[in-house]
Amino acid sequence: MASAAEADAQNNAGPSDLDAFREEVREFLAANFPPELRGKSNILSSVEEAGEEGPAEKAWRLAMGEKGWGTPTWPKEYGGGGLTRKQARALEEEMAKVGAWNPIGGMGVMMLGPTLLEFASEEQKHEHIPPICKGEIRWCQGYSEPNAGSDLANLQTMAEDKGDHYLVNGQKTWTSGGQWADKCFCLVRTSRADKHKGISFLLIDMHAPGVEVKPIKMISGMSPFCETFFTDVQVPKENLVGEEGQGWTIGKKLLQHERTNLSGGGALAALNAQPLHKVAERYIGLDESGKLADAELRVRIADFEMRWNAFLLTARRAMEESKAQGGVSEISSILKKAGTKLGQERAELMIEIMGYRGLGWEGEGFEQKELDGTRAWLFGKATTIYGGSTEIQNNIIAKRILGMLDHQ
Amino acid sequence: MAVLNEEQEMLRDMAREWTRNEHPVGAWRKVRDAGQPFDADAWGEMGEMGWAGIIIPEEHGGTDFGWLSLGLVIEELGKSLAASPLVPSALAASAIVLGGSDEQKAEYLPRLATGELIGTLAFDEGPRHTGLKVSTSVHDGRLTGTKAFVHEASRAGLFIVLAQDGVYLVEKGKGISLSKRAMVDMRDHAEIDFNDAPAQKLAAGGDDLAQKILDRARVLTAAEMLGMCQAVFDTTLDYLKQRVQFNQVLSSFQALQHRMADLFTELEMARSAVEGGLQAIDSGFAVSEAAALAKARANDALHLISREGVQLHGGIGMTDEYDVGFFLKRARVLEAAWGSSSHLRDRYAAMKGY
Repeated sequence: MASAAEADAQNNAGPSDLDAFREEVREFLAANFPPELRGKSNILSSVEEAGEEGPAEKAWRLAMGEKGWGTPTWPKEYGGGGLTRKQARALEEEMAKVGAWNPIGGMGVMMLGPTLLEFASEEQKHEHIPPICKGEIRWCQGYSEPNAGSDLANLQTMAEDKGDHYLVNGQKTWTSGGQWADKCFCLVRTSRADKHKGISFLLIDMHAPGVEVKPIKMISGMSPFCETFFTDVQVPKENLVGEEGQGWTIGKKLLQHERTNLSGGGALAALNAQPLHKVAERYIGLDESGKLADAELRVRIADFEMRWNAFLLTARRAMEESKAQGGVSEISSILKKAGTKLGQERAELMIEIMGYRGLGWEGEGFEQKELDGTRAWLFGKATTIYGGSTEIQNNIIAKRILGMLDHQ
Repeated sequence: MAVLNEEQEMLRDMAREWTRNEHPVGAWRKVRDAGQPFDADAWGEMGEMGWAGIIIPEEHGGTDFGWLSLGLVIEELGKSLAASPLVPSALAASAIVLGGSDEQKAEYLPRLATGELIGTLAFDEGPRHTGLKVSTSVHDGRLTGTKAFVHEASRAGLFIVLAQDGVYLVEKGKGISLSKRAMVDMRDHAEIDFNDAPAQKLAAGGDDLAQKILDRARVLTAAEMLGMCQAVFDTTLDYLKQRVQFNQVLSSFQALQHRMADLFTELEMARSAVEGGLQAIDSGFAVSEAAALAKARANDALHLISREGVQLHGGIGMTDEYDVGFFLKRARVLEAAWGSSSHLRDRYAAMKGY
């Protein structure tokens, strides 16, 4: 983010300043992080229902929100931490040391906040960013429609200019976490004259009259996505971000944040999980020479783990390059495609390793971990489809990175 | 591309300029057409530019710029298929840096650093790399055994030889006979018979010296392969943008765009693994794992890209006139060097305890 880069340039914190900052963090954690929450991260993912927030969780969220450290590099004036990258890294490390986790997250942090910082007016920034920094508001994304999936710009939800407000009518789909969200950042059509330039970026209150949400039951048995219907919903004019017709530009920029997080999120999930070969040791066992008893699967697991490590190295390199260049690195374009494919391969290998126990749906005879794995495998099919399918990613790589012409 | 320091950037730019202007693939073509397996003039220039001494300490005539720096140069040379002994000679030097006595270092490193002396590794005894099991043995300072498919063998003045009880230095001379092995890459390979050849042990490197040398061989070979991946990818992309069929450039066809996007992904993942391997050697952390990873990823990426490169060029990709065939042939030789992907996957699993 530009603000952090600027802050880095202005405040090239030397080692001694950083030590002082670390001391501040340690004191803050000692005073505010409830030890009983150690390692129990229950950060609200956008696709899970909010669990009951206990008093300790709430106190921790409020304390971090007050400091702005849940969004450490965002500017202080909007409720962020105003930290340099070095300080943010130090904060992360100090938190990890005591098993503390960031209680502020979700789509507001991952996607909307960075977009608002770039495109919103001062008034909008002051209204919408602080609640994100404090973890008070859950946002959802209103992009896809029944006839606007990969061809997103074909969206038809209409926002009609009624003087002091827009009157919104239309249907969104695959609204992640729509049933639990307070607000929605939405791509709407303000003009039918031009496919791309007729799109605007609008913030809509999910509790407003005329908003209806229906969860969609998926093959995993879960309902992480919704259909969202807008019927004569009145949206104040001041909720338009940027200019009318600028929505496609803003919306695409936001997708870049989404893709970075989607691949990164997959990577993090697997980092926390047991290595595949450990799972295999348990279900398959080792032979007398100390090798996995299924020779063919052993090799495929090794191949997977090596490619997975190459992916992690690539994600790290993309981050380092982006930092050094002060802009998104070219190879960020492959992270979503590569990370989601590997994530799915991993889930399929898990089933192969566990046999029938990897296919349990519910009830007795299965460990909870095994049942969770089944659902994760099925839910994971979404990852190569949402956020720009793998095929769309390939188009983007070919056109923007490799400079190949528009296909016919 | 890893984030580089100023010195590394200069070195990379210098190598890039030199290969582009002085030593493109056409230079290798001329050498090959003349029936030579190597380019003596080019090696002289590399020596002058200090490339042979990049991983040699300053006190022994090198610059000690490190492995990432050396890898950057090797990658550029891989792009133009420069027929130089830089990789094996640097590996020979690293064996002495790791395992040589002070006398051995003083004796050999300065000459290796200038390029005046060429070294190479003689480890494998068969057509497939199978690790560290060998039958070559040493009695009373005399080494006897047969080493197969030794790279850059005919000009080497110094052999780093793996024997049953350790790694030895053998100078070219008495008790050594070479038999040329002409392979598809048209480079300088030979089988070497050592028959009571005078040998000095590299005694200071510890029990895992041979493994350390192998790790470095894997990473450096992978760096050359990375350059080849990049060159084939770039050439193929360029060709697709120029070739017109059905009144359209080929690059406008989605079936080809998606294949190129896949190749680009494999290429970039291989780059991360190779750079990670070079950085691991510089930092000394988890080198064996990083080395297996680097070579396996480079193997698989280059295998795929060299096949697709020929296919996407169509018929002319199979002609000797086009460069892409050179890369295909060199690719398979390097894929076999210091461990095929199957060998490395097995090794990786074993290192992880499964």
